[in-house]
Amino acid sequence: MFLAIIQRLWQMLFVMFGISVLVFLIFFATPGADPASRIAGRGASAEILEAVRKSFGLDQPIYVQYFTMMKKIFITGDLTSFVNRGWKVVPAVLDTIPVTISLVMGAAILWVVFSMIIGTVAAATKDSWLDRSLMILGLIGISMPVFWLGEVMNLVTQSRFHDTWMFSWVPPLGYKNFIDGPKAWFLTLVIPWITLAILYIGLYGRVLRANLIEAMQEDYVRTARAKGLSETRILLRHALRTSLISFVTLFGLDFGALVGGSALLTEVVFNLHGIGKLTYDALLNLDLPIIMTTVIFASFFVVMANAVVDVLYIILDPRVRKA
Amino acid sequence: MTALVETRSDISRGPWATAFRRLRHDKVAMAALIFFCLILVSCLSAPLYAKWAGVNPFTSTLDATIMLDGKQTAVMEQSTEGLGLGYNPIGPTWQLGNYFLGADNQGRDVMARLLYGGWTSIIIASGATILTLLFATVLGLAAGFFGGVTDMILSRILDILWAFPVYLLAISLSIVMIAHGIDIGPFTIESGSLWLPVFIIGVIYIPYVARPIRGQVLSLRESEFVLAAISLGVPSHRILFRDILPNVTTTLIVFVPLMMALNMLTESALSFLSIGVQPPDASWGTIIQDGQGLLYSRPWVALAPGIAIVITVLALNVLGDGLRDALDPRSKIKLGRG
Repeated sequence: MFLAIIQRLWQMLFVMFGISVLVFLIFFATPGADPASRIAGRGASAEILEAVRKSFGLDQPIYVQYFTMMKKIFITGDLTSFVNRGWKVVPAVLDTIPVTISLVMGAAILWVVFSMIIGTVAAATKDSWLDRSLMILGLIGISMPVFWLGEVMNLVTQSRFHDTWMFSWVPPLGYKNFIDGPKAWFLTLVIPWITLAILYIGLYGRVLRANLIEAMQEDYVRTARAKGLSETRILLRHALRTSLISFVTLFGLDFGALVGGSALLTEVVFNLHGIGKLTYDALLNLDLPIIMTTVIFASFFVVMANAVVDVLYIILDPRVRKA
Repeated sequence: MTALVETRSDISRGPWATAFRRLRHDKVAMAALIFFCLILVSCLSAPLYAKWAGVNPFTSTLDATIMLDGKQTAVMEQSTEGLGLGYNPIGPTWQLGNYFLGADNQGRDVMARLLYGGWTSIIIASGATILTLLFATVLGLAAGFFGGVTDMILSRILDILWAFPVYLLAISLSIVMIAHGIDIGPFTIESGSLWLPVFIIGVIYIPYVARPIRGQVLSLRESEFVLAAISLGVPSHRILFRDILPNVTTTLIVFVPLMMALNMLTESALSFLSIGVQPPDASWGTIIQDGQGLLYSRPWVALAPGIAIVITVLALNVLGDGLRDALDPRSKIKLGRG
């Protein structure tokens, strides 16, 4: 077991290294333009360009440039923005993490609860009108662009129905710190949570239904039936339990991906200053040092989350250990 | 349910004809296919619509006027709010050919832009799908069939691409390319070209298709008919193209509508983040972005393209489900990270 875990962690380190090289190559070695002018941002003066060249060692061999960039991000943390001169990038990125975590955590709770209800109900009433309509709703949820759904939510809750009793409680867009008041924090996040969760409710509901229906054809379910257990008990105690294995794997991956920047569109639409919004603002300003840092931090987080899921898997499921 | 009954005529028809028959009997999937074709045709007729309505959807027409209920009405109305300095584009008239969905902040006919934009979105989604499937097939076949060092190197590269959050990879690629374009060897893509989003979306999803293909090729390589071909001394390129490729074709076909759906959503997201289709070109994502500033005053500018995306992607997803049921009844193929 330990060998398998070490192997997995080693693979994680390799992928992290690969990602850092890939990011470096994208930003510093894509043919087309001088990396210094890219990093310095739009319409930079010759003096700033010179500062960029010096600070990133752009006159040196490419592997030295790679190490300079890694050192700036991970060791000294003194990477600065050239668009907003002197703005330290690494602390700015770290500041955004609570916002993103707040958003993703709440949405995750919603989507796990609702998709489990929907998936189980649909599987239990397979091929009925209820099953069909739940699955169609799920498919619609998967087919909606999340930023558009967010805009529709804003239109309804901030403008068209804001003055009615239904949505008069919705505060203006933006994030409130949890320590400054849990109630305000909660209220600002309710609509973003729902928006972000809808896609995943549809996706997970459909996956869970398919898994449950597959599990209901397994031998152990037949055994349980033969023992005279009730259908409800078989579904909830036996089939659901095994179906949750792939559900949990999927959850780990998606949760990691969302914290690592996939919640970007939701953050932009609801003006929540998370890691995605920071990346987006940097994109508008063409502020490359920020994008380099968010991309590296976020993708490292995703890789580590994936590795944690796999290690848990190795610990929980003896069959995986040999692989 | 009739699809499960294998009649004698089914067996003699061969797998493709059987699958086609199953698909034809799937009413929901056929409805989705017809619906998608309708969307395609209406988007294709965008130039006709623009000509008929007498509008140019790509230049701003701030001083245009239209006939509305027998009165000459300005497309950009003087704003009545605040100091009355701003202009409000006209709202939906619900009269076809007469600013049906109203105008955007540059006085352009939103309906005409919607049709043009739909064509752009579909072209980008299709182009990216072809690119992804092409590269993924080559990589998956090579990694699965040759194994050894080739497999190790290709699989590690795919691992790295796969671990990269999709939108962050897209942002990284866009930001360095959007201003200056890119040249790879003999290929040059100008900045602002539609090929840029095609290239970016095509690249980011390669591992999503290549990994399942590789897995399938690995198991096919161990199958008896391939072992038989190897021991008969059939050259490997022949085994690859005559024995293995036809067997992954079904997987590839099932991926087409699902990838199209995913790519349409990605295109709209990238255009919304202003790193996809560049103005004055329109796509459904760019129209939503145009409508963002008008969201509370003229919501239809953003609502209409969003609804268009939802129904098109929904049709593609339903079609994809139907194709999977027809071609791969045991549903082995799964898209995404699952």
